[in-house]
Amino acid sequence: MTAVLKRWESVLALVLVLEFVLFTSISPYFLSVDTLSDATFNFTERAIVALPLALLIIAGEIDISVAAIIALASVAMGLAAEQGAGTGGIVAIGLGTGLLAGCVNGALVTLGRMPSIVATIGTMTLFRGMAYAVLGDRVLKNYPEAFALFGQCYAVGPVSIELAVFMVLAVAFGLFLHRTRWGRAIYAIGANPVASEFARIRVDRYRFVLFALTGTACGLAAVLLTSRLGSTRPSIAQGWELEIISMVILGGVSVWGGKGSILGVVLAALVFGLVTFGLGLMNIPGIVMSIFTGTLLILVVALPALVRRR
Amino acid sequence: MNLFGYQTWSEASRRDLKLAALVLVLLAAVIGRFPDYAAPRNLAGVLDDTAILIMLALGQMLVILVRGVDLSMAANLALCGMLAALFNRAFPGAGVLTVLMMTLFAGGLLGAFNGLLVWKLRLPPIVVTLGTMSVYRGVIFLLSKGAWVNENEMSRDFLEFTRTQFFGLTTLAWGAILLAALFIVALRFSRAARNLYAAGGNPEAAAYSGVDPGRMQFLAYVVAGAIAGVCGYLWVARFAVAYTDIALGFELQVIAACLIGGVAISGGVGSALGVFIGCLFLGIIRSSLPLVGISAFWQMFINGVVILVAVLLSARPRLGTRTILEAPRA
Repeated sequence: MTAVLKRWESVLALVLVLEFVLFTSISPYFLSVDTLSDATFNFTERAIVALPLALLIIAGEIDISVAAIIALASVAMGLAAEQGAGTGGIVAIGLGTGLLAGCVNGALVTLGRMPSIVATIGTMTLFRGMAYAVLGDRVLKNYPEAFALFGQCYAVGPVSIELAVFMVLAVAFGLFLHRTRWGRAIYAIGANPVASEFARIRVDRYRFVLFALTGTACGLAAVLLTSRLGSTRPSIAQGWELEIISMVILGGVSVWGGKGSILGVVLAALVFGLVTFGLGLMNIPGIVMSIFTGTLLILVVALPALVRRR
Repeated sequence: MNLFGYQTWSEASRRDLKLAALVLVLLAAVIGRFPDYAAPRNLAGVLDDTAILIMLALGQMLVILVRGVDLSMAANLALCGMLAALFNRAFPGAGVLTVLMMTLFAGGLLGAFNGLLVWKLRLPPIVVTLGTMSVYRGVIFLLSKGAWVNENEMSRDFLEFTRTQFFGLTTLAWGAILLAALFIVALRFSRAARNLYAAGGNPEAAAYSGVDPGRMQFLAYVVAGAIAGVCGYLWVARFAVAYTDIALGFELQVIAACLIGGVAISGGVGSALGVFIGCLFLGIIRSSLPLVGISAFWQMFINGVVILVAVLLSARPRLGTRTILEAPRA
């Protein structure tokens, strides 16, 4: 029992329950299926990127360029739509741009031997810069009507397509990380890359694939976000990298690598989304919410450190 | 002592030299196309535009030298800038020196908060400063209630200080030059700087020789914070406006300038001269883009290319154990 209580996931679950109680008592409109369904829209896109990013951070790397990849993919889709591409083509271009950008990151880290934080600070500037260079102050919004499906429609009842995609991916990533030998290898690489190399794990190959995977997820997030908004500006998804990384770390993934679980990340995404939505219900501006997020982020890493000191 | 003989030149000084040559080539190319660029007034303007970046990058360099990173620098700047503006609105007659001391102290305090968390709790610098970045930005909003402080609410002295000229350069440009000179001398000759490099280069060895790497990290954060604080006032006075989002995302430009200047993200390697030249490089590119007829929207893209090329060229074999930013395990 104490082992369960001591797990970070249990703490997150408790916070989630407290949020429900708090927001229900504050607003009579909170606890309805429609409201809750609406609430999921403000975190699913970020949470979809948080899943592969969690794997990347567990493997001891980091990707700061995620939001810039979303912007670049969205611009590519917008340009394709302007040229008259169909819905399928637009989606393919979004995913393809993400994959390509992820491969660039992976190549810089594995072939270029750069520390991932440096490489992705560079590509973040590069990708976002490309979005600005191509688009300037223009707005792209010539999307076909069918394209609105991904971000604005529902799969089953109140479950939006975005939420359904996220749930499927969460299960897939959970199984992949916790039930396959590839998942074990990711933990091993994060805990000790040199030892993993000696254990015949192809460390660089894993790193490359994880960067490519994260890039593709950014492409997917770009499809959903662009479809939901119906327009593309170069500043789209600005600042998301910090929120996505916060989500992953809040989920109990260690920045030192080697530790973390998908369940934690999913719970953290829910906590994050509900807080944003709940504070919105209480008319508290988003920037004040950032005080809460920042404090929470520091507390998450500080609490175990404080406990260890005893 | 053979200060300028080639024998005493380290690998770092040779890299600074190469970077300086590159900047001169760039400058010559721009001047070749546009002779007007060489006008002293224009060059002084470029330096004035780059001054805040230079000062911030010098502070950031200290933090990166000890294997940290300060993502909260721009938020710290914005918060201290707002404090300065609000203080000036409440006490217009208080004088610039008071404002400078106040922002120095406030910024140092915000930096010390980062430093304490990193030193005493051994928290990862990237997470700590990511957190404080959000918190500091939020606090600005609470302080200002989301409102702007505009030029007409600032006193004359407050605004004029950064624009006053001595020998053709603004106070702002002189500030950057003097701070860079101070850093170059202090990093070379002071014992604290030796300890700083030691703590960043090899924390374990530093600890065995009586240097507490955590304490050096703390000091670096305090200095970086104090610089960011003063730059907050300078920024607000120069652009004559203070609001929640000033200098949003500027921390990454500052880190980029450090990387271009040859500071290794893995700690222990970097020079103040290199950072100074790296900032000038960015400044010259930024100011010559409109001349070449490239839209300002390309600036960010070019920054990205420059960072990646700079880092690829100076890439060292990656150490297997260090992946993200590591705290000292001394």
